[in-house]
This record gives sequence, C-alpha cells and structure tokens, in this order.
Amino acid sequence: MRVTIALARRALRNSLRRPQLLAPMIIFPSLMLAVNVGGLSHTTTLPGFPRVHGFLDFQLAAAILQSLLLAGVQLGIAVALEIEGGFFDRLAAAPIPRVSIVLGRLLAGGVIAIAQVVYFLVAGLVFGAQIQAGAGGFALVVAIGAIAGTGFGAIGMVLALRAKNASMVQGIFPLVFVVLFISSAFFPRGLLSSPADAVAAYNPLSYIADGMRNPIIAAISPSAVLEGLAAAAAVALVASVLSVLALRGRLREA
Amino acid sequence: MGDAGRVPRDPRRAVAGSLYTLLRTVDVAVEAQGLEREFKGAIKAVAGIDLAVDAGEVYGFLGPNGAGKTTTVRMLVTLLRPTGGRARVAGFDVARQPAQVRRRIGVALQEAALDLLMTGRELIELQATLHGIPKRAVRERGAELIERVGLSDAQDRRVGTYSGGMRRRLDLAMALIHEPAVLFLDEPTTGLDPASRLTLWEEVRRLKHEGTTVFLTTQYLEEADQLADRVGIIDSGKLVVEGTPSALKAQVGSPHLDVTLTSSDGAAAARQALGAFGQLRPPDAGCHVSVAVREGSSAIAPVVRALDEAGLEIASLELIEPTLDDVFLAKTGHHLEGEDAAEQGERDPYGEEAPLVQASADGHAPR
Repeated sequence: MRVTIALARRALRNSLRRPQLLAPMIIFPSLMLAVNVGGLSHTTTLPGFPRVHGFLDFQLAAAILQSLLLAGVQLGIAVALEIEGGFFDRLAAAPIPRVSIVLGRLLAGGVIAIAQVVYFLVAGLVFGAQIQAGAGGFALVVAIGAIAGTGFGAIGMVLALRAKNASMVQGIFPLVFVVLFISSAFFPRGLLSSPADAVAAYNPLSYIADGMRNPIIAAISPSAVLEGLAAAAAVALVASVLSVLALRGRLREA
Repeated sequence: MGDAGRVPRDPRRAVAGSLYTLLRTVDVAVEAQGLEREFKGAIKAVAGIDLAVDAGEVYGFLGPNGAGKTTTVRMLVTLLRPTGGRARVAGFDVARQPAQVRRRIGVALQEAALDLLMTGRELIELQATLHGIPKRAVRERGAELIERVGLSDAQDRRVGTYSGGMRRRLDLAMALIHEPAVLFLDEPTTGLDPASRLTLWEEVRRLKHEGTTVFLTTQYLEEADQLADRVGIIDSGKLVVEGTPSALKAQVGSPHLDVTLTSSDGAAAARQALGAFGQLRPPDAGCHVSVAVREGSSAIAPVVRALDEAGLEIASLELIEPTLDDVFLAKTGHHLEGEDAAEQGERDPYGEEAPLVQASADGHAPR
C-alpha cells in the first residue's frame, strides 16, 4: 500500500508539473459547454426533454464526462511516455508488486477525477446552475465521476501498455468523441434518432451521464443513480482487470 | 533403462557436493549457463552465454554495439525472460525467483531512465520507498547518497535541468539506495564528457573497495581495462573470451618498442643492438626498428643506452602494448572500436544496438 500511495503521489505531482497535458481536459470541455449552452439553450423546450432549471444544468454531466474521458487519454499518454523513456523499466526492476504500478496510476486518476468533477460543479454553480439534490447530490455526482474517471484512466493504461507509444495513444482521441456522441450525454436518449438511440441504450456512458445528471436536475432517483454507479463501477472493474493483464502481458513479452 | 548401471551414491560425497554447491552459490554473484534470448523471427540476440562473476568482483562485459550486452543484462536483472539456458544472480534464479533477485540488485540501465519532472531528492526518496526502506530512514539515506555523488546543491532541481553526467550520478545513487549485493551498470559512461566519466570510474572503484559486485557493460576498451578485475568479450551474442585484462593481452603478444632512427644508415646496427633485448619484429621502413620487450616500460632506458652506445641517433621511440582491441581482433577477426553501430544491423527491441544473430539449424549462432 505504501508503494501504491508513493506512486500515486508521484503521478499526481507530475500531472501538476505537466500543465500541457492537464489543461485540455479542463479547457476543451469548458469551451464546449459554453458553446452548447450559448447556442442550444432552447432545446429544453423540445417535447420529450426533461424538466430542467436550465440547459447548463443538463449539460454539466456531459462536460464532466468529456473531461473524464480526456483525462483517461492523458493518463495513457503519460504511461506511454514513461515506457518510451525507460522509467517504466525502473519500476519493473524494483522489488514491488507489479500490480501497484497500475494501482498507483489509477489512484492518482481517481483523485484527478474528483478535482475535475468538483471544478465543473462549482463552475456550474457560479454560472447559475442548481444542484436540485443538494449537498448529497453533489457528493453522488463526485462519487460516480471518481469511479468512472478511474475506469477511463484504466482504459488509457491498457492502450498505453499495448501500444507502447504516446502518439498511438494520442491517436484514439477522436474516438472519445464518437463514443460520447452515441450516448445520452448531450441529449436525452428519447430525442436521439435511430440508430444512435439504440446504440446509446447499450453504451455505458449513457448510464454514467444519466446517473450524474439526475441529482443535478432533479431529486435523487435511486434507479438512475444506482445505474450510473453500477455502469461506472463495471467500466472501472473491467478496465482495471484488463490493465493488470496488459501489464503482465507486457512484462512477459519483454 | 531404469537404474541399470547406476552407481549407488556415496552419502559423504552427496554432502560434500551440497556443501560445494552452497559455497559456490555464496561466492558466485552472477552465473549464467547457456543463456539465450531469441526474438521473433528466430533472431538470437544472445546465443548461449556461460559466465560466472565472483562476489566482490568488477566484471567488465565488453562488446561492440549490438553484441548482445544489454539483452544479457536485461535477462540478468529480470526485465527479460531468457528463452534458453539459466542464470542465477545473488544466489537466485532469474526466471524462477525474480522477486528475490530484484531485492538484491541495483540497476542503472543505459541512458539513465529518470523521471525528468521530478527533483533529484524526490526521485531518490521514491526509489528508497520502492525498495522498502523504512519511512524514517528514507530521507537520511537519500541525503547521504545524494551527497556521495555530489548532487547536494542540485537535489531540489528537476532532473530535466541536469547535465548528462549529473543524471548518470543520480542514476547510480538510486541503484545504490538499498545497498545491493550486485550492481548492474549498463554502459554507464556512454555519451559522457571525460570529467564525468572519471568521476563515475572513481565511484565504481569505491564500490569495489566496499565489496560490491559490479557487472559493468561497456563498449569502451579503456573503461574495461581500468575498472574490471575480469573481462568477458561478447560478439554476435556469444562470449568469445574471458579473463583478466592483463592475461587476455598477454595471449595476443608482448609489448614492443618501436624505434625510429634519424637515418636509415644505422638500421642494421640498431637491429644488432636491440636483438639482445628480445625478438626483433619485421622492419616496415628503412629507419624503423621494432623489438618485443617483455619487461614493458622498464626496457626503455636500457634500449636508449644501447642505441646511444652504438652511436645511433633516435628520432622517436614508442612503447606499444597489446590492447583489449588486439584481443578482440584476434578472437573475432574485427576491431571493437571505431565500428559504426549502424552498419552492424538492426536494433533490438530495447534500443540496444543489435546486429541480432540469425539462429542456425542447431540453434547456435553462426560464427
């Protein structure tokens, strides 16, 4: 545990020292949120759109999810750079449980995810959004975001361990948006046309987005929140297992 | 076949054998038998290496780029699984007991793999934590090593601002944080300026003095000659020769004195005068005489006196001693230094070098 925490602290410190990797995951979703809220605010009057205090409230979950996905890509890039630079070998040659190399990174990813969610919620509140479920709702959004962020970080790690180079991990950046747009992150599932609505029904991002959105736009609905938590936990669990397997595979191939 | 023909084992011999094995395990820090590494495409980077490094010894693993040095080291430090043969480090099998091996070794890989965003102090303290050094001792041990390698003033600067020599010294300090029994240094001075190289050499000597076993890979003849108790020369994935630097050099000939006279007229007289000191070597110019001198530099004064007494005037005189390059040339047919690594073949997957040896049908690398 001591090693995992030490590696997590290192990953966190390095993230702060590499603002060029940290900035896009905040700036880009913030800009997109501003553009969407500014230009699409009347969509809340569409038939089938849930009752919301404002479009900003509805879009906050999408911005958070987008930011978390970008953080996953950045985590993958950081790991790939570590492999390219040889520091990964130093960790592999140390007498530590190999799994702590993965866990340290993911723990740092989780902490960064909490900071991202808090940033977007606070920014939303500053610009007039309301969290209908209050402080409890705030905490639930943070919890779902932290778990999902850890999972996205694990996906980034799998990609880095398989690809072994940063540019290839960077290359998956556009896919983040494809996966996000075929979910209910930006619009209610009922307003999506076919086949996007069908895909969104199976896309775990839909459940994560809806789970985070629910406490923001309404009183807590246990089913929506639990589905969000379950989807985030499933992504985190599967991706973490895959990243441990990818690490083992890489060390075996080495 | 069953047990037919099997001689019953004498129990006393069995005990003696076990004791021998135990003592051998303690005395031998690094041992490899038929160690091989084959990559995809039947490419053998290491083609059956046998070596034994005694505890407390500095072993120079010398070879050109692409010879298989780094691949061998990566297997010995458990970063790469051997595809054939076996190796033990600090008494533990690298394939079956990698965790025990990692606890007992220090590793400074090629091109100091450091985190450039961290400060020297942060890095060394992280390394101490990775090696399970108790929390309260981390800072003290880190500071001690930082001071030892002369980085106290720079310890709170990010490693990205360090020079190549400083990075190497930090890398060495990190490898020593847990006082390893065996230290692997993979080309520690490649790319360093002469002053930084000398500093690192001093540190290796100090480690030897302290009893640390050092497995040093290098492509520099002088480095192996200066630091190593014994040298193993590797070429095309195979160990071609092994021994102390002086013994290896003695194998390829004795030192000789090259004398150039001011005039070719005295060459015959000079050959007559120098014949008493040793075997004369074939002349390659009229005013040039060469004689083998077993005594080395101590033969210079008597030779000068003999030529002076013969009334001969010397234009220049040079003592030529065999080098490890001569050994390499004698054993492989080509020189070690001055070869372009790029000409030697493709690089291996670890950024080493590498003309990788194509395995022949019998699984051995062609020579």
